Amino acid sequence: MSTTAADIPASSRVHYLNVNYGIKSWLLTTDHKRIALLYLASITLMFFVGGAFAVLMRIHLISPQGTLVQPETYNKLFTMHGVIMIFFFLIPSIPAVLGNFLVPMMIGARDLAFPRINLLSWYLYIIGAAISMYAILAGGVDTGWTFYTPYSTTYSNTYVIPTILGAFVAGFSSILTGLNFIVTIHKMRAPGLTWFRMPLFLWAMYATSIIMILGTPVVAITLSLVAIERVLHVGIFDPALGGDPLLFQHLFWFYSHPAVYIMILPGMGVVSEVITCFSRKRIFGYTFVAFSSLAIAVLGFLVWGHHMFVTGQSIYAGLIFSVLSFMVAIPSAIKVFNWTATLYKGSISYSAPMLYAFGFIGLFTMGGLTGLFLASLATDVHLNGTYFIVAHFHYIMVGGAVMAYLGGIHFWWPKITGRLYPDTWARFAALVIFIGFNLTFFPQFMLGYLGMPRRYAVYPDEFQVLNVMSSAGASILGVGYLIPLIYLIWSMRYGPVASANPWGAKGLEWETPSPPPTENFEETPRVTRGAYAYAGEEDAHD
Amino acid sequence: MSHHVVPVPIYVGVFAALILLTALTTWVAFIDLGAMNTVVALTIAVTKMILVILFFMHVRYSDGLTRIVILAGFFWLAILIALTLSDFLTRHWSPLPSGWSESAARPGM
Amino acid sequence: MTEMAHSATRAALRHHFDDLNQQHAAGTLGMWVFLVTEIMFFGGLFAAYAIYRSLYLTGFEAGSRLLDIKLGAINTAVLIASSLTMALAVHAAQTSSRKALIVFLILTMILGGVFLGIKYVEYHHKWETQLVPGLRFSPGTEIPQKISLAQVELFFCFYFFMTALHATHMVVGIGILAALVVMAARNRFSANYFAPVEVSGLYWHFVDIIWIFLFPLLYLIGGRY
Repeated sequence: MSTTAADIPASSRVHYLNVNYGIKSWLLTTDHKRIALLYLASITLMFFVGGAFAVLMRIHLISPQGTLVQPETYNKLFTMHGVIMIFFFLIPSIPAVLGNFLVPMMIGARDLAFPRINLLSWYLYIIGAAISMYAILAGGVDTGWTFYTPYSTTYSNTYVIPTILGAFVAGFSSILTGLNFIVTIHKMRAPGLTWFRMPLFLWAMYATSIIMILGTPVVAITLSLVAIERVLHVGIFDPALGGDPLLFQHLFWFYSHPAVYIMILPGMGVVSEVITCFSRKRIFGYTFVAFSSLAIAVLGFLVWGHHMFVTGQSIYAGLIFSVLSFMVAIPSAIKVFNWTATLYKGSISYSAPMLYAFGFIGLFTMGGLTGLFLASLATDVHLNGTYFIVAHFHYIMVGGAVMAYLGGIHFWWPKITGRLYPDTWARFAALVIFIGFNLTFFPQFMLGYLGMPRRYAVYPDEFQVLNVMSSAGASILGVGYLIPLIYLIWSMRYGPVASANPWGAKGLEWETPSPPPTENFEETPRVTRGAYAYAGEEDAHD
Repeated sequence: MSHHVVPVPIYVGVFAALILLTALTTWVAFIDLGAMNTVVALTIAVTKMILVILFFMHVRYSDGLTRIVILAGFFWLAILIALTLSDFLTRHWSPLPSGWSESAARPGM
Repeated sequence: MTEMAHSATRAALRHHFDDLNQQHAAGTLGMWVFLVTEIMFFGGLFAAYAIYRSLYLTGFEAGSRLLDIKLGAINTAVLIASSLTMALAVHAAQTSSRKALIVFLILTMILGGVFLGIKYVEYHHKWETQLVPGLRFSPGTEIPQKISLAQVELFFCFYFFMTALHATHMVVGIGILAALVVMAARNRFSANYFAPVEVSGLYWHFVDIIWIFLFPLLYLIGGRY
């Protein structure tokens, strides 16, 4: 048997990591794989900054009177936690790291359509993050990540405009990433790679990109209007001067609701890949899963009013948004059914990525189901503004999106770094995260149901037990996140060298060496079969 | 990807049409048609836009993907405007709680 | 095609594309997707404007009447002419007519400059007559008694923000055209490689279309009869 490039040990092979050295070769790179790593480092840093605010909040909430910080400071903590986690961690996370790395490889291309715009996208992210960090260090912002008017335009005395500017710039980073993915997927697929032969991760990236380019510009212009009103003291959203605060909310949520689908769809794409690989089975209902991603992207734009049921919106508009919100749950449910059916009679292995995928399916489902209580007008009146909402979205964003992100990082880690991570530590960390997560956020469902409002620095004594449970869970969760940080960094130097395909997975990215050469493939692959052609299946047909 | 070269006379013709439509819409602004003024102005604007898109931007000679992309853009803008308007136009369908005055309910000055 | 043109064309092919056709198709689709983001960017302003106009029609009409409809119409014609010269520039690139390409690009830039000049005249006049919201807003008898000044100020908020955003896009466009002129002077474009000219043309026409809507929405709703 002849030696392929994949068999040559990484140390003597030229690949994208060792092809050149020096800081300029990284800061001026146009290689999508290096840009993915630049993003990986940046968003990891922002994750822990945002997490630090969460730690401070949970410590503060151990006692009902809140002894850690002043209420004004508490307002800043939850605001900055939200701004950083949403704009600087969740929205870029999977697309900017895994998407940037994998989209060209799964497509069979040498790079994305616009490599220099890809690098620009990272620099915009860094600039946006720097501006926001300045706002935080200069004194913070206390409007809530939702910047509701007229507080944000007229009454808040904090660093609103720098924060808005940071989010604005980061938004353009997001837009350019989505633009790049859309053009790449349309125009650069390898010969034979038809749409319905693509791995589902690509469908998820495509749907996410549609949301990014259609929604982000609206929030950008809306935040600009807030900044203008703040500077010029005019009355665009201030009711005292004739503006309508609800207009701000409509324009804001037009993006910010679809934004939550930007945060979850990529995770669903990861789960599809991980489930098939570790069940050794083709995904059940490929077409349904593919189209459900598009359905979520489209329907997700029609439901934003469910954030405004109790703000004075017309009840008839509320009716429309409520019905549509129920409908948007359907494609997500379709995915969960298909993943479950994929597991059935599969040959299952409980690797770390698979544990994260299981966690995702269970926790995302819980988060999604609790969303139905909120989509229903009558129950939302009682639950809106309480910890029920906080628990609902953390189940989806943390129990769902973050777990999928970690699962994806672990799944593709050998491909990205050419190293294996320590398996036992990885599975242990997944378990710790799962336990810590549930201990943190399940009590919050109960707190919300019992009436504890969100964004409050103090609370009635009767809620203390549940709050202490939640804070205890948060400490476990925090430890859980630190463990992978340590062993993943350790593995980059000391982990066992990985082969091209340590999991025996299907997909073009696994047919190149680990780590891949700069051009990804020695020659452009020709695709002749559908995705997920695992052993025991007849040729995966389209 | 068609590299269709559009003949210059077509460009000049479209230009003439656009200038004429601009003159028309300016002239109509001085005539009282009531609510129809807005309708006429927007219709003319949309017509001008379609001419620019089809001929100056070559969409007449472009593939289906380009057309879908453009239509998607307008469709999404329509979603934004329509669903937001659905709130503003139906707010006054609900009766006010007793004791509230009508003017307090309307945003405005 | 000459040997020099051949190698210029080869040099234009970026390494991650298989051929110039794919590169051209990707570039064009990329610009259209970007224009869709611009539709949504301006669209947010159009949506807000539409809603406030429906609520405050009298104030908005009063404000609109204070705009100079002659200058607005002239500017519309100027931009339409610039779209013609831009389209002719693309045509010149497609037919490998280097001199015509440079001439039409420069004409487009000049017309864009004329537009911006007229805009400056209008802005200056508004400053002089104290109609700039937030900074210098105290209109006199030109607003009838019964009409709310706050509504008129809101109109001018939208007038200034929308036209300033549009003008910013024009400045960027003129910068792009300048870069194209330099590239054209260096003989970089031909019938085999003209994608940057075409793609810049798409951007320019889009900015024209925005103005095609701004003109009636801002200048023509004044009930000038």
